[in-house]
This record gives sequence, structure tokens and C-alpha cells, in this order.
Amino acid sequence: MVQETVQVTRLVDARGSVCPGPLMALIGAVREQKVGDVIAVYSGDSGSKGDIPLWVKKAGHELIAVKDHEGYAEFVIRKIR
Amino acid sequence: MKRVVVLGGGVGGTIVANLVAKKARDAEVTLVDKTGKHVYQPGFVYVAFDKWNPKRLVKDERKLLRRRVKLLIDEVVRVDTKGKQVHLKSGTALAYDYLVIATGARLAPEEIPGSAGAHHFYSVDGALKLRDALAKFPGGRVVITVGGVPYKCPPAPAESACLLDYYFSKRGIRDKVDIHYLSPLGRVFPLETVSPTVQKIFDAKSVRYTTFFNAERVDPEKKVVYSLEGEEVPYDLLIMIPPHHGATFAKDSGLTDAGGWIPTDKYTLEVKGHEGAIWAIGDATDIPISKAGATAHYEAKVVGENVAAMVDGEAPIARYDGKVMCFCDAGFHRGIAMRFDYQHPPVPPPLSLKWYLGKVLVNRLYWTIVPKARA
Repeated sequence: MVQETVQVTRLVDARGSVCPGPLMALIGAVREQKVGDVIAVYSGDSGSKGDIPLWVKKAGHELIAVKDHEGYAEFVIRKIR
Repeated sequence: MKRVVVLGGGVGGTIVANLVAKKARDAEVTLVDKTGKHVYQPGFVYVAFDKWNPKRLVKDERKLLRRRVKLLIDEVVRVDTKGKQVHLKSGTALAYDYLVIATGARLAPEEIPGSAGAHHFYSVDGALKLRDALAKFPGGRVVITVGGVPYKCPPAPAESACLLDYYFSKRGIRDKVDIHYLSPLGRVFPLETVSPTVQKIFDAKSVRYTTFFNAERVDPEKKVVYSLEGEEVPYDLLIMIPPHHGATFAKDSGLTDAGGWIPTDKYTLEVKGHEGAIWAIGDATDIPISKAGATAHYEAKVVGENVAAMVDGEAPIARYDGKVMCFCDAGFHRGIAMRFDYQHPPVPPPLSLKWYLGKVLVNRLYWTIVPKARA
């Protein structure tokens, strides 16, 4: 799970959603959260490992961690701007 | 008698109401719609590009419903899931045994600051205003952007870019118009397998595109749209797909997730936590597939069958397999078709006259076939 030192503000469980669903869910959450908030996204779609880090980089946010779990990956993002 | 209440008189709600009324003799079917008008939303784009008269888009819902379906023109305020009642704005409390929510999505353009002057084609009024603006447009930069995901009919922004190319070519000013499509995703089309085809079409038509551009605000004086990703793009005419949300009553009734969509089983279409009592279809659900009329159409057939079965005391065995089929008009009498389900991503055929004609056929036959559940 997420490092204990990082307090997740919002969890987006997009398991069961196929590409680009998890990225769309993340973009929606980033719109709604405040600067400094930490968003965790669960995705079972392999495409997310490509498009989520790419979008986070382009949007200027911080990708704190990508962790593999049984059947899904967890992306932890801090909203920077 | 079992009381079946359907909320929403769009394509999904109308099909469910008609199917249950047709198949279940012991059903008392009531459909609630706030306007009593059925709108063919895929036609909005043709109004915007001055190919259709807007009268072609709207019919009285009553005329599309079987006689056994009672139509209430009223607004839903709240669903009391424990008491199994729907509270309406008029003060009526409508009791139900089975409830189907098909209230679609609502547009929230006000959420993008500065976007009051932006155009869209997601309502009759919006399409008419865009039609008039396009007719007067002397040339310059036309920018198409997306104000929030998810939104209805994912291909529509890319389709509109192609139709702008066709429209301005016919007006003889294509060389004076720069068409720039701003995709919210990392590719030009939401469906990964279709995106390379659409990119080729854009290249052939000289439609410019930028990826990962999610509109955040607009400066109408400078005529610049800014993105969540920190980019800015100037425009002379801005088309913005407005942010979408689920119906307010669903949120007020505690039926939605944080995004305002209703958590729904993607196979049975039962609302999670209310299995056997409430179903949701179409744009209102949180199911991660296209929010589109074709989705609502196929889902409605499943729910119609299952609710009718339950009224008759039988097991609800129909399952939705994620089937969606749609046609995209690429302009110049060419189109592409997409058919897919949960297990099979779309394999796009080449651009052809055949798929354009498929779209023409669906548009022509819609009123006769679809709402009345004949297909």
C-alpha cells in the first residue's frame, strides 16, 4: 500500500475501468482536489502505466509512487499546481 | 400489479417503459420526464452544421410510448429507497416496486470560468447558436476543446473537427480557417484502436491537434483557452464540450459516487446496494464505457427484459455484454463504424461511403424503430 508518511486525501478506485477510464477518473479528481492534496488511483488496466505517468508529468504534478498489487496497480499523485 | 417507475424519457427510459409494458401484463408502468419532449441528440451536430432543421430533433414523448405507459411530466426531487417512493416537484410521491433510472447527464458549462461565450452542440439551443456563429465566421482559428471527462458521445469532438473541415470547404473558405482539436487524452481519439485511423484522417484534412489538453478556464477578452496542464491556445471561435454531471436528485438521494454517477453493475445494470429494486442505464451510470445513445439503447433492452421477467415472477437472466455500435461522419460522405463490447475492442474499418450511409440510415429510421423497441 501507500507509504505511511503520505496521507492520501482521495482514493479513486478505477479497477474494472478500461483505458482511458482510469486516467479520466484521475483528471476529474485533480480538477476537484486542492493543491497539495494526494490522490491514489487503483487501475487494473495495463495501459495506465503508460498514460497516467505521462499525463502527470505533462500536467506538472508529482508522481509519488507506482505500486503493483494483485491484479491492479496503485498510482499516488500529489497535486502541485 | 407491480408498479414499475422509469425516470427519464430519453432513448433508454423510453425503450425500457415500452418493453415492460409490452412484455409484462401485470406491470403498471409510469414514466416521469421533466419536459415531455424526446430529443434525438445525435442530430445536434447536424443542426450546428446547418444540415438539419431543429424540428427534426424533437417529438412528444407521449407519441413514442405504448398506450399502457402512463407519462408524468414532472421533475424528480428525491428517491426514498427505503420507503420505495419517488418524490416529485409537484408534491406527488410515486410508489414503486421496481425503479429504472435513465435520467442521463446534465451540462455544467458554468464550471469553466470565462466560458460563457464558448459554443457547444450538446443542446438544441447550443447547436442553433453555433450554427449562427459558423454562418457568420469570416475565417480564423476554430478551436475544439473538452471541459471535463467523462462526456457524452466520446467521438463527437473529433467528428465535429472533420465536419468543420467539410463545412468550410463547402463555403469556399477552408484555406482561411485553422481547425485545432485539443484532446483531453494522450491521443486524438478515446478508443486506442481507433485513434491511429482518426489521426490519419486529421492529417489528411490538415486538422491540427494537441493532446493532453483539458480546458480549465477561458479568457474571453484575450480569446485564449488555458488547460489544466498549463498550456494556452488562442482562438477566434471556441467550441467547448461542457462538463457533464449526473442528475442532481440522484446525488441528493445518496445514489451517486463522488463524480455524481450511479454505481451500477456492468452486467445486470442493477444499482449497487439496491439489487432487485433499482436499475440504472445510459449516461447516469458509472459504468466505464461510452456515454452514448447506443449504449443506453442496448442496456435498455437488457433492463426491459429483466424487469418484465421479475414482474412475471421469473428469473432476470439477461446480461449486458458492453455492446456499443456507432457511426462517425468524417465529412465528404465518408464515415467509420465502431462496434465493441467488454471483451472485444473496436477494429476500425477504413473510411468509406458505406459507414456514412449507415449513419444516414440510423438517423432516418430512429423515430420509427428505436424508441418503440423494434430493434
